[in-house]
Amino acid sequence: MAIPIIYNLRSVKARWTSAIVAVVGIAGTVGVFVAMLSLAHGFRATLVASGSPDNALILRAGATSEMTSGVGLDSVKIIQDAPGIARGPNGPLVTAEAVLMAPIPLRSTGTDANVEVRGVSPNVLEIRKQVKIVQGRMFTPGLAEVVVGKNANTTYSGLTLGNTISLGTMNWKVVGVFDAGGSSFDSEVWADPHLLTGAYNRPDTFFQSVTAHLASPDALKQLKDALTTDPRLNVDVMREIDYYAKQSTNMTTLITTLGGFVAFIMAIGAVFGALNTMYSAVADRGKEIATMRALGFGGPSVVFSFLVEALLISFAGGLLGCLAVLRLNGVTTSTINFQTFSNLAFAFKITASLLVEGVIFALVMGVLGGFFPAVRAARLPVATALREL
Amino acid sequence: MVRVDGNGGSQSLIRVRGLNKTYSRGGEKIQVLQGLNLDVDKGDFVAFMGPSGSGKTTLLNLLGGLDVPSAGSITVAGDEITHMSGSKLTQWRARHVGFIFQMYNLIPVLTAYQNVELPLLLTKLSGSERRKHVETALAVVGLADRMHHYPRQLSGGQEQRVTIARAIVSDPTFLLCDEPTGDLDRKSADEIMALIEELVAKYGKTVLMVTHDPVVAARAHTTLHLEKGVLVEGKASSRQSVLAGGAA
Repeated sequence: MAIPIIYNLRSVKARWTSAIVAVVGIAGTVGVFVAMLSLAHGFRATLVASGSPDNALILRAGATSEMTSGVGLDSVKIIQDAPGIARGPNGPLVTAEAVLMAPIPLRSTGTDANVEVRGVSPNVLEIRKQVKIVQGRMFTPGLAEVVVGKNANTTYSGLTLGNTISLGTMNWKVVGVFDAGGSSFDSEVWADPHLLTGAYNRPDTFFQSVTAHLASPDALKQLKDALTTDPRLNVDVMREIDYYAKQSTNMTTLITTLGGFVAFIMAIGAVFGALNTMYSAVADRGKEIATMRALGFGGPSVVFSFLVEALLISFAGGLLGCLAVLRLNGVTTSTINFQTFSNLAFAFKITASLLVEGVIFALVMGVLGGFFPAVRAARLPVATALREL
Repeated sequence: MVRVDGNGGSQSLIRVRGLNKTYSRGGEKIQVLQGLNLDVDKGDFVAFMGPSGSGKTTLLNLLGGLDVPSAGSITVAGDEITHMSGSKLTQWRARHVGFIFQMYNLIPVLTAYQNVELPLLLTKLSGSERRKHVETALAVVGLADRMHHYPRQLSGGQEQRVTIARAIVSDPTFLLCDEPTGDLDRKSADEIMALIEELVAKYGKTVLMVTHDPVVAARAHTTLHLEKGVLVEGKASSRQSVLAGGAA
């Protein structure tokens, strides 16, 4: 049987001032690690939530985002008649959308940020079912009215219900606020596409994308085959959720890489903190270790015991780090979406699996910080150490 | 029967032949033990005396399997320990040796009960069996009512009693005592020696003890002196002669 864990627990308690150095170091590192991952997770979740598996997104062939795409009105009409698209009482559930960037000052700093302004069809709420009007009402087609996402409402100046804002050459009244379920649409402003393109002196027969609600999720192939084989069209068809997942890749990779680098550098410091704590534990307890060895506990038992002690310390650090960072869950921040160059609000999203990853990261640091001191403990010359004062 | 002439029979519990131990210090070789012989039978109580640096503790470490000799052999209950690997020696110590140290060497964060239980964690005994053994050992040393005390809550004498309980709890082949009363006042030392005598007389334990104190050594059946790396009898080889010398 191994050296009892109660020995390690009580030893850590007795030497808590030394242990706390390692605990705080590991907690800080785990905090940064989990925060960075939750940021990447939140960003990805926001974009992925924007897409629906029931919708198909149609872009110009070869376009990597809406900003580099263009679909003419004649193409839109062909798309509306394509098979596989769901139909409502007022015709096919298709929204042809014009996307523009408008500078609107941030509430926090007063500086302009690029806000995505989207001209959408009046039936858009039937296509994007996760979007609900939570204040006011939907804009009326043909009138200079806008509805704003809930993040746009709280992030930018002037996007409050009843206010009038200037977009392009026109003034627009904010008539509603919508909740898009935490997706990127929450950071957008929606208006009538024809008026919007007019206000920016752009042709009202040209759109950036077309989103179609599928008759069933399986109808994508049918639609895709029909549109991509039609010689009149030059389009790519994809599931909307896949488009947004791909959109999130660059930013999540950037956040994860940068966050991973910062966490790695911090982890080196934390491992040295743990090493220091454990080496001093071994140095202070040479006589106890030698006594255990004399009583018949083998070298592997001693290594295991000190590794367990390092793991206990790192586990405490991991838990503390996770608890500290848990407060960030749901906190909203924003960044530039490099695919569209628009400002995108998203929240730290801390999940149970991220917390588990954080604790595992802490335990890895504990093993690295505890292994060499544990080996030193097992190699102490027993006869000499027994007579230490 | 204790012999130091190397002519003891093969039935001796502890049989040491031609034991050498040499240390290197600063390029200089220091020979501490030089062809030491010893035979100890079951139930013997032997005291080792000698000036500082004479090799008493070295001998004890070698007998306890905590150190390895430069030459010679040590056989305990038929097992020659001098050629055992480190891990075998560790297992052998757990089964055959009970250590009693001058500074007690109790684990400060464990209670008396948990300290005494430590050697039993290396056996296959169940939890309830271990409890029975620990309670018995603590009762033998008169500390049944202090089993949940931590070492810091005990007097020096009581701490040494816990050490003795820890040494006997697994019923080892022999006990090694390194200055067991060296850190105690005379009254506590007397009590500890009375307890060790009881272990020998009542429970038939074999005890090998290092001490500087002739009064303590006089309580042993035999006192051996380490001189020039070998054990010699004579100067105070029996309890009676030491007692007589002490009275003079």
